[in-house]
Amino acid sequence: MSKTLFNSGHTACAGCGQSMAARLVIDAAGPNTIIVNNTGCLEVFSTKYPETSWGVPFIHSLFENAAAVASGVESAIKYLGKADEINIIAQAGDGGTADIGLQALSGMLERGHNILYVCYDNEAYMNTGVQRSGLTPFDTNTTTSPVGSISSGNLRPKKPVPEIANAHGIPYVATASAGFPQDLQRKVKKAISIKGPKYIQVHVPCPLGWRHETNLTINVAKLAVETGLYPLIEYENCIISARRQITPKPVEEYLKVQGRFKHLLKKPEEIKKIQDIADNNIKKYGLKVEQQQISPSA
Amino acid sequence: MKELLEGSLAVAEVVRLCRPGVISAYPITPQTHIVEELAQIVANGKLNAQFVNVESEHSAASTVLGSVACGVRSYTATSSQGLFLMAEVLYNIAGMRLPVIMTTAARAISAPINIWNDHQDVVSLRDSGWIQLHAEDIQEAVDLHLIAYRLGEDKSIMLPVMVCMDGFILTHGLETVNMPSQEEVDKFLPPYKAPYKLDVTNPLTLGPLVDPEFYTEARFALNETHKEALALIPKITSEFSNVFGRNYNGLVEEYQMKDAERVIVAMGSVCGTIKDVIDELRKKGKKVGLLKVTSLRPFPSSHIYEALKNATKVAVIDRALSLGSFAPLASEIKAVFFGKVKKPKVISSFIVGLGGRDITRESIKEIFRLLTGKEKQGEFIDLKPELLKESYE
Repeated sequence: MSKTLFNSGHTACAGCGQSMAARLVIDAAGPNTIIVNNTGCLEVFSTKYPETSWGVPFIHSLFENAAAVASGVESAIKYLGKADEINIIAQAGDGGTADIGLQALSGMLERGHNILYVCYDNEAYMNTGVQRSGLTPFDTNTTTSPVGSISSGNLRPKKPVPEIANAHGIPYVATASAGFPQDLQRKVKKAISIKGPKYIQVHVPCPLGWRHETNLTINVAKLAVETGLYPLIEYENCIISARRQITPKPVEEYLKVQGRFKHLLKKPEEIKKIQDIADNNIKKYGLKVEQQQISPSA
Repeated sequence: MKELLEGSLAVAEVVRLCRPGVISAYPITPQTHIVEELAQIVANGKLNAQFVNVESEHSAASTVLGSVACGVRSYTATSSQGLFLMAEVLYNIAGMRLPVIMTTAARAISAPINIWNDHQDVVSLRDSGWIQLHAEDIQEAVDLHLIAYRLGEDKSIMLPVMVCMDGFILTHGLETVNMPSQEEVDKFLPPYKAPYKLDVTNPLTLGPLVDPEFYTEARFALNETHKEALALIPKITSEFSNVFGRNYNGLVEEYQMKDAERVIVAMGSVCGTIKDVIDELRKKGKKVGLLKVTSLRPFPSSHIYEALKNATKVAVIDRALSLGSFAPLASEIKAVFFGKVKKPKVISSFIVGLGGRDITRESIKEIFRLLTGKEKQGEFIDLKPELLKESYE
C-alpha cells in the first residue's frame, strides 16, 4: 500500500466522499504542506484527540476562520523566509465556505495570500444534521428546507462561489469531483504550482445527507458531472481554460438514486426546472462533447 | 530616553521594540493611532514584519492565531465592538495556548453607540482565558506590553495577554514617557521560542476535537496556569525593575495604604485622579488610600486580601456593569472576603465614568464621602436624574 498523508482509522461514515477527496488533495500536495481546517465533518472525524489522521502539520481553530488563520500562517511563513518551500491549504465544507466563512475567504483572496483554499462541497451542513447551506441545490430536501405540502425543498439554486472567487481576480479557480480523482489531483498540483490565492471546489457526495447507498459515492459524483449539474471547469487568470465535456445524461438519472430528491420523481414540472439548470450549465460552459474544445480536458 | 508622546504612538514604538514578525488589525476608534503608526513603521522599513490588513476583527484575531501557531511573535489591537467580534477567537486562542499579545483601547459597548472610555468591553472578556492587565498611565501601558510578551510567552504559561489602556484618555493623551532602548528590551525579552508549532519537519495536529474524556482536564490545566502566572508575575516584575528601574510590585499597587481606613479599589486611568485626591485629603489628615488592580486576570486575591484586611471601609469602583447583578470588580472583591474573619466593615460598590463621562476629583471625593456612611450597592456617581424622566407617552 502506498504511503498517504491522510491515514485510515478515522471516524468518517462509510462511503464518505469528503474523506476520499481530502486524502487525494493532501497526497497531491505532498508533505511540505500545512493544513488549516474549518470546523466541520472533516476536522471532527480526522482529529479526535488523542488521535489524528494527518501526516502533515494541521491546525483547526473555528467554523468560519480557516481563510484568516491560513493568512496568518502564510504571513508567518513569509516572515520566516520559507514561502517557497511550504504549501498552505485552507479547507472547509460548503457552509464554512459559502456562508459563515465567505467574508474571511474574500479577505484572503483579495489580499493575495499564497494559499490554496479547498471547499469540500457536500451541499449542506452535514456535521450538524443535514441543514441547507448556500451551496445546497434547488429543490433539495434537507432538515431546514424540508419538503412539505407547499414546498418541494430548497428554494434557491447553489451560490456561484467559484465565480465569486473568480471576481477577486485570482490566478486559479477550479471545480472538481470525488468522482474524478486523477482530475482532482492534477488540479491540486497545478494550483500549488501557481503563486497567489487559489480556489478549488470539490463535489463530495455524502451518503448520509444525500441518502444514497454507500457503495454509490463515486457513481453519484460522476452522475452530477455527466448530467451537467456539477460542471468541472478550470479558470486561469479569470478565463475558462478547460472544462470536462460530457454527453449529457438526463438529470433524473442523478436525482433518482438519492433520497434527498425522491420527492421530485413524481413531479415532472420540478424535474424540468432542474433539467433547465443542467441545460443552462451545458450551454454556459460549453460542456457538450460536440462543441469545440478550448483545451483538452483531463 | 524621555519623550513627550501620545499614548498610541508610545505603544506602537514599544511594540516595534518587541520585534513582532506578524501584525494584523482592523481599524476601530480609539485603537486606530496604534495600528496606523505600526503600519508606518513597517512601511518605513523600521520593523521587519508582515502587516496584514484584514477585513474584520474576527479575522485579525484569527490571523495572529495562525502566525503565533507557526512560532512567530505577533501583535494585534482592538477596542469595544471589535473586541466582541473577536470574542469567539479569543477564547479559542487561550484554549489553544497561543501567546498572542493584544492592546485593547477600553471603550463602551453599544447600544447606545458610544466611542468613549469605560471598561465594559474588556471586563466582559474576563472569562476568556486571557491574562488581562490594566494600565494607569502611558508609561505603564508601555511597560505592560514588555511584561505581557515576557509573561505570555513563558514556556510554563503559554497564554495570550491583553493590555488594556483607557480609550482616548491614554490612547490619545500625551505624557512624558521613558522609552526603553532596544538593548534593554532585548535583555528583558528574549526571542520567542515556541514549544510547539506548525512545522513540516515535525507535523503536529493543533486544535483537535476533545471529547468528555479529556475536555475537563484541558480546562483545568488552563485554570491552573492562571495560578502559575500569578506566582510568576512578581518574578517578572522584579526582573523588569532590574532592567528598567520601574517597579510594578506583582501588578497590584498599594498607594498610601499603610494606615488607610478608607480605601478605593480601582483599575486604569482613574487611579491617577484618585491618587491626586488622596494626596489632597492626606494633607487634611484623612487616612485614605488606593488599591490599584493592574492584573484583573489572573486575579490576585491573596494579595488583595492582605492589602485590604486592615482597612475599615472599602469602595470598589466599576466602570462597567454586570446588568442584573452586582458590579463585576465589586463582586470579586467581596468574594475575596467571603468567610474571612478579618475584613473591612463595609465594601461599597460604585459605578462611575460610563461611556466617557469624566471622573473628576469631585467624583472621587463624593465616593470617599459616601464611604463614611452605610454600605452602598452599585451606587451610580454623577448620575443625572433629570434625564431619567423621559417617557414614550
